[in-house]
Amino acid sequence: MFRISPTPLEIPALRATLADARAGACVTFEGWVRDHNEGQAVQSLEYEAYVPLAEAEGERILAEARARFGVLGAVAAHRVGHLALGDLAVWVGVTAAHRAAAFDACRYIIDEAKARLPIWKKEHYASGTTAWINCATRGGPAAEQPRG
Amino acid sequence: MHELTIEYFALLREQRGQATERLQTAAATPAALYAELQARHGFTLPGDRVRAAINGAFAASDAPLRSGDLVVFIPPVAGG
Repeated sequence: MFRISPTPLEIPALRATLADARAGACVTFEGWVRDHNEGQAVQSLEYEAYVPLAEAEGERILAEARARFGVLGAVAAHRVGHLALGDLAVWVGVTAAHRAAAFDACRYIIDEAKARLPIWKKEHYASGTTAWINCATRGGPAAEQPRG
Repeated sequence: MHELTIEYFALLREQRGQATERLQTAAATPAALYAELQARHGFTLPGDRVRAAINGAFAASDAPLRSGDLVVFIPPVAGG
């Protein structure tokens, strides 16, 4: 299950979907809104998504992780909307019989999600300016841009 | 000519000033359509930094456009 959510992510509910008697390991990742990026003081973030494609591509990433690492369960959720410092922006949870596969799959899911999902982040700076991340027009093709 | 629906997100939505539009166009591919829209609306992102989706699935920049298609141009992403 990969879900885009306009409301705060509920970790207990997400975690409960992973319950599995075969699992000996559960690895989770939380992405938080931080107060700085590339030397600028950040006050808040806006996330926007093309929801149908983001959820479909997110499901593909979860399926890839299950197939590649042999994990038991994999779920993730990503916020959209205006988030404050410290808010939970993304949550990934993976279960496996043993911890190594769960760590590897969790890392795979968040890395692929950042690179592939049609989700955009606008930073609001203490200076009063804003910027859509990775959308500056200088630099090379999209595939070579640093990922947020 | 065919009639397309276009949805805009993030930087493109702000530069267009609206989230969706219907458009009569002769553009046969997403690349041609983006070039047409960029010229009209002054989009700052070059065409090679924007991916296309047609009817909810990623599509090649030279994929054929058909009347009734929903086209979304995807600026460089930044989730997580």
